[in-house]
Amino acid sequence: MTEPLWELTAERAIGLIGGGELSAEELTAAFADRAGNDPWAAFLAIDREGALERARRIDAATERPPLAGVPIGIKDVLSTRDLVTTAGSRILEGFRPVYTATCVERVEEAGAVVLGKTNMDEFAMGSSTENSGYGPSRNPWDPDRVPGGSSGGSAACVAARQVPWSLGSDTGGSIRQPAALCGIVGMKPTYGAVSRYGLIAFASSLDQVGPLARTVRDTALLLSHIVGHDPMDSTSLEWREPIVLPDAERVDGLRVGYVEELMGEGVQVGVRTSVRAALDRIEDLGGTLTPVSLPNTEHGLATYYLIAPAECSANLARFDAIRFGAAPPEAGGLVEQYERARGEGFGREVKRRIMLGTFALSSGYYDAYYGQAQRVRTLIVRDFARAFEQVDILASPTSPTVAFPLGERTDDPYSMYLADVCTIPVSLAGLPAISIPCGLSEGLPVGLQLTGPAFSENRLLDVAHALEAAIGFDERPEGLR
Amino acid sequence: MAAVIERETVEHVARLARLRLGPEEVERMRQELSGILEHIELIQSLELDDVPPTTHVVALQNVLRDDTPRPSLPRELALREAPAVAHDGFEVRGWIETHA
Amino acid sequence: MSARQSYEPVIGVEIHVQLATATKMFCGCELSFGDPANTHTCPVCLGHPGALPVTNARAVELAILAGHALGCTIAPRSTFHRKNYFYPDLPKAYQISQYDEPVCLGGEFVALTPGGELRVGITRAHLEEDAAKLVHAGPGGRRAGAESSIVDFNRGGTPLLEIVTEPDLHSAEDAVTFFKQLRLTLRQLGVSDCNMEEGSMRADANVSVRPVGSQELGVKTELKNMNSFRFLERAMEAEIDRQIAILEGGGKVTQDTLHYDPDSGTLHPLRSKEEAHDYRYLPEPDLVPVVPDPAWVDRLRAALPELPVDRRRRWMAELGITFEDAEVLSESAELATYFEDLAARVDPKAAANWVRGELRAQLRERDEEPWESRATPERLAGLLELLDARTINVPAAKEVLAELIERGGDAVAIVEAKGLGQITDESELDELVARLIADNPEQAQQLRDGKEKVLGFFVGQAMKATEGRADPKRVGELVRDRAGV
Ligand SMILES: [Mg+2]
Ligand SMILES: [Zn+2]
Repeated sequence: MTEPLWELTAERAIGLIGGGELSAEELTAAFADRAGNDPWAAFLAIDREGALERARRIDAATERPPLAGVPIGIKDVLSTRDLVTTAGSRILEGFRPVYTATCVERVEEAGAVVLGKTNMDEFAMGSSTENSGYGPSRNPWDPDRVPGGSSGGSAACVAARQVPWSLGSDTGGSIRQPAALCGIVGMKPTYGAVSRYGLIAFASSLDQVGPLARTVRDTALLLSHIVGHDPMDSTSLEWREPIVLPDAERVDGLRVGYVEELMGEGVQVGVRTSVRAALDRIEDLGGTLTPVSLPNTEHGLATYYLIAPAECSANLARFDAIRFGAAPPEAGGLVEQYERARGEGFGREVKRRIMLGTFALSSGYYDAYYGQAQRVRTLIVRDFARAFEQVDILASPTSPTVAFPLGERTDDPYSMYLADVCTIPVSLAGLPAISIPCGLSEGLPVGLQLTGPAFSENRLLDVAHALEAAIGFDERPEGLR
Repeated sequence: MAAVIERETVEHVARLARLRLGPEEVERMRQELSGILEHIELIQSLELDDVPPTTHVVALQNVLRDDTPRPSLPRELALREAPAVAHDGFEVRGWIETHA
Repeated sequence: MSARQSYEPVIGVEIHVQLATATKMFCGCELSFGDPANTHTCPVCLGHPGALPVTNARAVELAILAGHALGCTIAPRSTFHRKNYFYPDLPKAYQISQYDEPVCLGGEFVALTPGGELRVGITRAHLEEDAAKLVHAGPGGRRAGAESSIVDFNRGGTPLLEIVTEPDLHSAEDAVTFFKQLRLTLRQLGVSDCNMEEGSMRADANVSVRPVGSQELGVKTELKNMNSFRFLERAMEAEIDRQIAILEGGGKVTQDTLHYDPDSGTLHPLRSKEEAHDYRYLPEPDLVPVVPDPAWVDRLRAALPELPVDRRRRWMAELGITFEDAEVLSESAELATYFEDLAARVDPKAAANWVRGELRAQLRERDEEPWESRATPERLAGLLELLDARTINVPAAKEVLAELIERGGDAVAIVEAKGLGQITDESELDELVARLIADNPEQAQQLRDGKEKVLGFFVGQAMKATEGRADPKRVGELVRDRAGV
């Protein structure tokens, strides 16, 4: 073999291991070496020894599991027993969970090998990974630029070929946007498709775990092992139609609507150009294109920035330094201990959102803010329902811009929030969406977002797969040539 | 509507959320929250009296669990991550303000 | 008219009962009382990051059952909210509770009193999870004078049903009556063991007073921490007196939360922070609505056993027993069943007397309950029949009962074996009486002179001579005849 092992997709690696040409241990060692050298700060922790040990066990077993010992990166927001899990926050420094998240358990049972925990914006709040309590990750396409966020580490490690795939979480775009900015594939499944048990909650009514990979087929393969009902998560769904590996070459008869509101001035010209070119490919493949309006898209950000902070203000209240976490500062009274442990343990953006959410829920403001946001959420859900009466899937940019320079938006929270303007409405409606790379602008990747009705994962994957081939995106970061 | 949130409101909300903010942090928070609320407040003008709120996007109901015991954690594990442990329990140091 | 009489107390109560499930409200940890600290916990009830709640089906079922007994409407849909506040016994810093859509709505509970009925409106009943146990460990720790408390999460997450009444109670006594009969009902339905010492039933009361005749409600205070009927009554009495004294002195009652200190018998206001009541309720995104199948709800209603209040009413009307008998005999479902079984075989009043009196007295010494005793209703009925037929007298009956309790068996056989049957042969008794009068002429003369007391002497002699087998009443009659009184 001439190409290095770390160039392998998961699918090819599984094939080689299955054919006896490669051992899980060799493969894991190759990726572990590469992850060990991490100029992108994609990982917060690497469990090299543990991973090699599991790979050896898979090699020794008589029956080969479906994922055959392929390494995987796990966003640090997912609980892993005995393996430090911080959610990117100093308040959880050194925290070793007593249990493993259901989705991680499932990929491990399927034979994936957890190589490490990936960097992220603290508690998944952010769009650049700059809010990590352990320093920002960097974009493999340009180390002076952000990889996106909050699953920035999970996107960067795949783009940098430190692992073939990873798990991330998406609340308002946190898988799709970094996938777009790092030139890889990322998918947010239908809300309820993947168990949230063990996913450290940010905004419970929006959070979903999903896969990131370099190809649509790898994305599908990883997704197929994490979907399905979990008795530990009351909001998880029965998954009747299994996720299958896509093999479509054409999309004849497919009706694609492009979202008018997301093809205008708020989106960089280069991004628009790239996305338009990708839309043309849809017609080449036999699909039709129509403009579709989602009129409440303009209210998406406001709605999201009330609902998500309100839920996070309750979800993050449990970090009180009593049952876990660092010892609280010495203080006289309990209230003071709470206030100092939390005031010093949380970073700026997290505090901002807790404040915003607490304010929105506090007496006298509930109806005007949180209650109103829930009603607008209904309008947004209806917008999508109406759109899917006319078309089969919706297309738009994933991010209004390409990767932006580190530090550019850290002083202006609202400018950072705008990074998710294309992904947030989909999250509010709980729909599945996938981002695939569709070209370069200014030498940086552009993502195309495809959104479908609930449970349309297989169709989305099929379309994404056909488009992926038609677009033929084989660019790679300079440093990886 | 002016989206200006006052210093006192910031301090009150910080106390509700049990977050200690330094004096400069309070001021910066006031400005940032005001800025964000200015954008957010636009939705307040929408007439939505006849629109029901969405709390869940999935139409699930009656997800119930059988009343069958499952194993609990060994105590050592339950206490493992606690910053302070005493008398087989989680220790809370400092006096506790009574609450109503 | 005294100050006390010119005011009417207005009382509403909130009662928390622990539901009799095997596991906690939202996780599979087993419920326990008195087990070593922190041995019944998991990521869910410790509020670990990423853990999620799943509702206990049995808790919902018990809440519906209780709702039926409280005459409530079972909500076609109920939901959970998060009630946010920080406290070390609340691991997630929010309590999952029901808020605007509780499982049971609008009912009425009827309690019987010696004077009639006490009707109490039920505003609602809702499901929630209990807090953990926080024990103050006193000064200690590293710093001088520092205090320390210990949290035990075994109880944390226990399913609770919170029952809220309308302000329909007008005395501390009525509140206690209501509380006791509610407790009886919930216990008999198996909803809760309602053990106040173990904290599985707890009451808070909202108390106000108003001038008699006024329809307006006065300012109310909230009383907490009353963990026995005695404290409940005393605390409410104390609060009613306190409020009347304030109003009589021209003052105003302030809306406080008061903590009852049983040692001093006084009420202390809890320090209440301005934000303490801003719970920032939030619909619980981790749980989905409970929409009980109407057929299931109907089945639960149909399967409801006769409620204690209905049973008491029926006994008083159909069996003719007194309120007090009915109250005592319906203290537990088992006792009630025992009594009913017996009352179906013999005169209900006699049955009530014997069960309440001699049976319980004899069993108490052995620490046994009637329904677990060898003296089954059938056997006891056999005994009471012998008594009714005057085959045996009361002292003999007590002896037979002791034998039944000790070894079981059949009353008739015991009477025969022990020779306890009364002498039914009239001539035998007549002969005995004649002899006694002949042998005791002095006493016979006293009797003729009107000294009634001497009659007892002859009866006693007769009982002694027959080893208790004579019918004392008949002996008395014969003595009078023979003596010519
Ligand atoms: Mg309550
Ligand atoms: Zn538990």
